[in-house]
Amino acid sequence: MMDGSAFNDAQTDEQRIRNFNINFGPQHPAAHGVLRLVLELDGEIVERADPHIGLLHRGTEKLMESRTYLQNLPYFDRLDYVAPMNQEHAWCLAIEKLTGVEVPRRAQLIRVLYSEIGRVLNHLLNVTTQAMDVGALTPPLWGFEEREKLMIFYERACGARLHAAYFRPGGVHQDLPPELVEDIDAWAADFPAVIDDIDGLLTENRIFKQRNVDIGVISEQDILDWGFSGVMVRGSGLAWDLRRSQPYECYDEFDFQIPVGKNGDCYDRYLVRMEEMRQSTHIIRQACEKLRHEKGDVLARGKITPPKRGEMKTSMEALIHHFKLYTEGFHVPAGEVYAAVEAPKGEFGVYLVADGTNKPYRAKLRAPGFLHLQAMDYMTRGHQLADVAAIIGTMDVVFGEIDR
Amino acid sequence: MDEALKELGTHLELKRPDCVLSWEVAHHELNVDVAPASITGFVEFLRADATCRFSSLVDITAVDYPEREARFDVVYHFLSMYQNQRIRVRCALREDEMIPSIASVHPSANWFEREVFDMFGIIFSGHPDLRRILTDYGFRGYPLRKDFPTTGYTEVRYDEAQKRVVYEPVKLVQEYRQFDFMSPWEGADYILPGDDKAPGAKGRA
Repeated sequence: MMDGSAFNDAQTDEQRIRNFNINFGPQHPAAHGVLRLVLELDGEIVERADPHIGLLHRGTEKLMESRTYLQNLPYFDRLDYVAPMNQEHAWCLAIEKLTGVEVPRRAQLIRVLYSEIGRVLNHLLNVTTQAMDVGALTPPLWGFEEREKLMIFYERACGARLHAAYFRPGGVHQDLPPELVEDIDAWAADFPAVIDDIDGLLTENRIFKQRNVDIGVISEQDILDWGFSGVMVRGSGLAWDLRRSQPYECYDEFDFQIPVGKNGDCYDRYLVRMEEMRQSTHIIRQACEKLRHEKGDVLARGKITPPKRGEMKTSMEALIHHFKLYTEGFHVPAGEVYAAVEAPKGEFGVYLVADGTNKPYRAKLRAPGFLHLQAMDYMTRGHQLADVAAIIGTMDVVFGEIDR
Repeated sequence: MDEALKELGTHLELKRPDCVLSWEVAHHELNVDVAPASITGFVEFLRADATCRFSSLVDITAVDYPEREARFDVVYHFLSMYQNQRIRVRCALREDEMIPSIASVHPSANWFEREVFDMFGIIFSGHPDLRRILTDYGFRGYPLRKDFPTTGYTEVRYDEAQKRVVYEPVKLVQEYRQFDFMSPWEGADYILPGDDKAPGAKGRA
């Protein structure tokens, strides 16, 4: 014993029991990145959890202030790198709100399609790695196979597997080839079988249930107190989804259900994520069907978007416009807006203060994981040490967006 | 949509004339300016009042305007899942002023306030645990202030001789690239080198 002097129960019949502090991370496979969690333990029971974040802090918000609006877009891929395009979406929406640009319908459909692909990407990673945190090895192997296919769809649309920079203010960078839409549709037709496979591995699995049922229960009051969003809300029975309640893009014309849990524990959140993947697949198929018929431009041609390539060959003005757009960038009228999307992890928002120049005066990125991780102390208190891994997993934290 | 926000703004102004300095609806969003001293009471009111029910705190951040007397704007975003509405509350704050913490009303404000303290150096009075959150242990300065250079002041590297990470003043092999995109005929306030004809240029007088 380290303090042997105070621990001599044989003579006094008394024991002084000291709480034990451990560092969980920053290098820990179940910490989902660079989380340093200082845990105070009483035996196996967590008495206090103090997350130390910021190990991945890159100063994105500061960097954004000295770059043009378009140069800032790729930073969003690097926030939640599990579902990059959903973040870009929020940035584009904020700029479009300030400039009053109307996105063409085909671009809206493509955005919805890729946002939902992002949701499946995220949930596949989260569900399967959370299962790995509680002891299962096969689900991540199966899930990552599907993720690979989805990343190829990313690549075929924009050329990059992760850091897409595909959504642009005013639309999307390039149109999708028809074969890609067909391939995505074909994938979406097969995908439910894969979800059923993962479902068969986990849902009724005795170990998985023992590790997740009644762990990390969240009530309605907790949701409000801690500002939860996304699956953390829906797992507790509140049908709150920004796609439905404050529809952006063209989500209001899609037919999908919002799954909710009953008990608000880790297991219910797992079930909600599984069902959301099915619903997203449903949306993907609808979007593919719409994209087959909806032809047209994918960028709102104007001040904030480049001219067509062909036009640049013949028109001097178009050439100047292109040059100015990619050097000076477009100017955004002064004002402040908050634009939020239902990212897979919850409400991802951008608070943008523009001063009329070509660079944002201030941009605040509101990451859902930040609030979820904040409640770590509250949620883990009284749980066993092993449950900490399950709870971090179910919160779906990614440090790219928390540390920014 | 704007109508509902205007109604809400009027309601707030009537109910809490002591707190609300002004309000406006812009870009389909409601902005309310509040005096820093009354923020806790006002947030509590927003949460409890039946027509507001802004029970979720979405975000707290700040904006630095160095040229203003009241240098900072502390900005709060709230969401009501019940009324399906959002509101933005702003407090103008001088550099030497403190603002009361709202962590007693919304526990989720804890980390947001820590972040604002870390990034801007704004002190939240009554905050349970006002430590730095995102920056390095032992970091000095407030990075998101406009007078803080983007490169920072220190850089770290692993020193092979000392076998540990060492901090050094930042050395740039190339000047930090800040481009000036203003074209000279769009009202640039500098004189191009060799431009003899510009008013006030050398040799003209």
